[in-house]
Amino acid sequence: MQELMDGFFSTTLGIALIIAAQSLLVIGFVMVSLLFLVYGDRKIWAAVQMRKGPNVVGAFGLLQTVADALKYVVKEVVVPASADKPVFMLAPMTSFVLAILAWAVIPFNDTWVLADLNVAILYVFAMSSLEVYGVIMGGWASNSKYPFLGSLRSAAQMISYEVSIGLIIIGVIITTGSMNFGDIVRAQDGGFGLFSWYWLPHLPMVFLFFISALAETNRPPFDLPEAESELVAGYQVEYSSTPFLLFMAGEYIAIFLMCALMTLLFSGGWLSPVPGLPDGALWMLLKMAFFFFLFAMVKAIVPRYRYDQLMRLGWKVFLPMSFAWVVIVAFMAKFELFGGAYARWATGD
Amino acid sequence: MGIADITFYVFATTLVAAALLVVVARNPVHSVLWLILAFLSAAGLFVLLGAEFVAMLLIIVYVGAVAVLFLFVVMMLDVDFAALKAEMVRYIPLAGLIGIVLLMQLALVYGTWVYSEGIDQHLGSPIPPLHEVHNTRAIGLILYDRYVLPFQLSGLILLIAMVGAILLTLRHRQDVKRQNILTQIYRDPAKAMELRDVKPGQGLRR
Repeated sequence: MQELMDGFFSTTLGIALIIAAQSLLVIGFVMVSLLFLVYGDRKIWAAVQMRKGPNVVGAFGLLQTVADALKYVVKEVVVPASADKPVFMLAPMTSFVLAILAWAVIPFNDTWVLADLNVAILYVFAMSSLEVYGVIMGGWASNSKYPFLGSLRSAAQMISYEVSIGLIIIGVIITTGSMNFGDIVRAQDGGFGLFSWYWLPHLPMVFLFFISALAETNRPPFDLPEAESELVAGYQVEYSSTPFLLFMAGEYIAIFLMCALMTLLFSGGWLSPVPGLPDGALWMLLKMAFFFFLFAMVKAIVPRYRYDQLMRLGWKVFLPMSFAWVVIVAFMAKFELFGGAYARWATGD
Repeated sequence: MGIADITFYVFATTLVAAALLVVVARNPVHSVLWLILAFLSAAGLFVLLGAEFVAMLLIIVYVGAVAVLFLFVVMMLDVDFAALKAEMVRYIPLAGLIGIVLLMQLALVYGTWVYSEGIDQHLGSPIPPLHEVHNTRAIGLILYDRYVLPFQLSGLILLIAMVGAILLTLRHRQDVKRQNILTQIYRDPAKAMELRDVKPGQGLRR
């Protein structure tokens, strides 16, 4: 029996089945965590504003998101008469599918990764740069003023902040000497636990990355594409029921992906913060939850930016700073300053 | 036929079909969307060739940035298609002539192009075997070590072109109100608002 199983799982069909099962596992994890992230987001927001938040459906309102999702699905899909129907329906699907696709290369533990690409970080960057299409297509296909304005804003915003995210990532790549997430995390494994991670040598860039991630995912205080006070809901105005659900789910998955990126790039992924404690996927999940908590707190605390301030911050502050940082990191890596903290490929740490 | 062959044919067919639809689509926004599909299929072909770095750069640069700007411009232009179509019919003979000339030139090139003896040692950079050097590193060595001067010079030319384009279109309008971010930041908060100490868990009682 064992031989038969081994034989089957080395055929093409068997390998395809294994890959499909692994993909389902990752998608399942992302979707289940999505349910609780939306709940957590609303609870944190409510706590800051001294409200109760969702507390009716299920214990402590835990099933509120499930009820909401069900409600979205059973409602009628309304398509505006003058909308470009194929593109209108394609837009939410694009934004949802691309957000899920990026998870293919995210490792949860050493070797717990769906696709161990050599250019994994570029792949994630490519997928997150494609996400802008969901927004633009949705805004254009609605054939209406507010969605179009919202999508134009968001396209400009997402492209601007992608540039600084890319440059910050280059600093990490220089320090590691590899674009593989596994290598990046293993390079952060040192004798000092928490203090061997990249947040210390790359300290200023952690903040820049966090803020750029907020802007890239259209999260408050940078939620200008859907600024409800001016644009009603931006590119989502004409969307209802399941397509709207897909947009919203895509947005939250992208935010969660940014939490995963913060964890992998700067906070040692699955490594334990205290030397001696075992490493594992639990640390990864805890760190991701911590960064999501920060995202939620920022949403609750910080007032929305004005659009010209947003563009100024992206192009005139973040871009020069991250450019300068790439040069500085390259210099420090070349001459192996600070005991080779910026050239982990050379020191073998 | 293995899986790689099937994937190749899927990507290749999609690429050709999408490229065709870029030309025949009636709506220019749809054309750009088909163009994006063509880019993505091309990236898929690169992955099949084992050039995943080039594939990712194709997606990031062309699809993630260039095509977005395309889409931006095309969406905001209000193009009248009936008029364009009428124009096109008038010029079809001329377009056909140019097409035939180009085709003949291509045929000539295809028939007569030969390399000189030993030129490939000066021109070509042979692909190193995968187990020796990873292809990202190989590209880096070619661009930044072997051909660093031409590469930097071409970057400089692009920079000059960008500066030129900005200079040509830059107009400082005097009749608009501008926000000066520094004066806004350095405003005295005490003059603009009143601060009240809010106790946790109580809110502001009136």
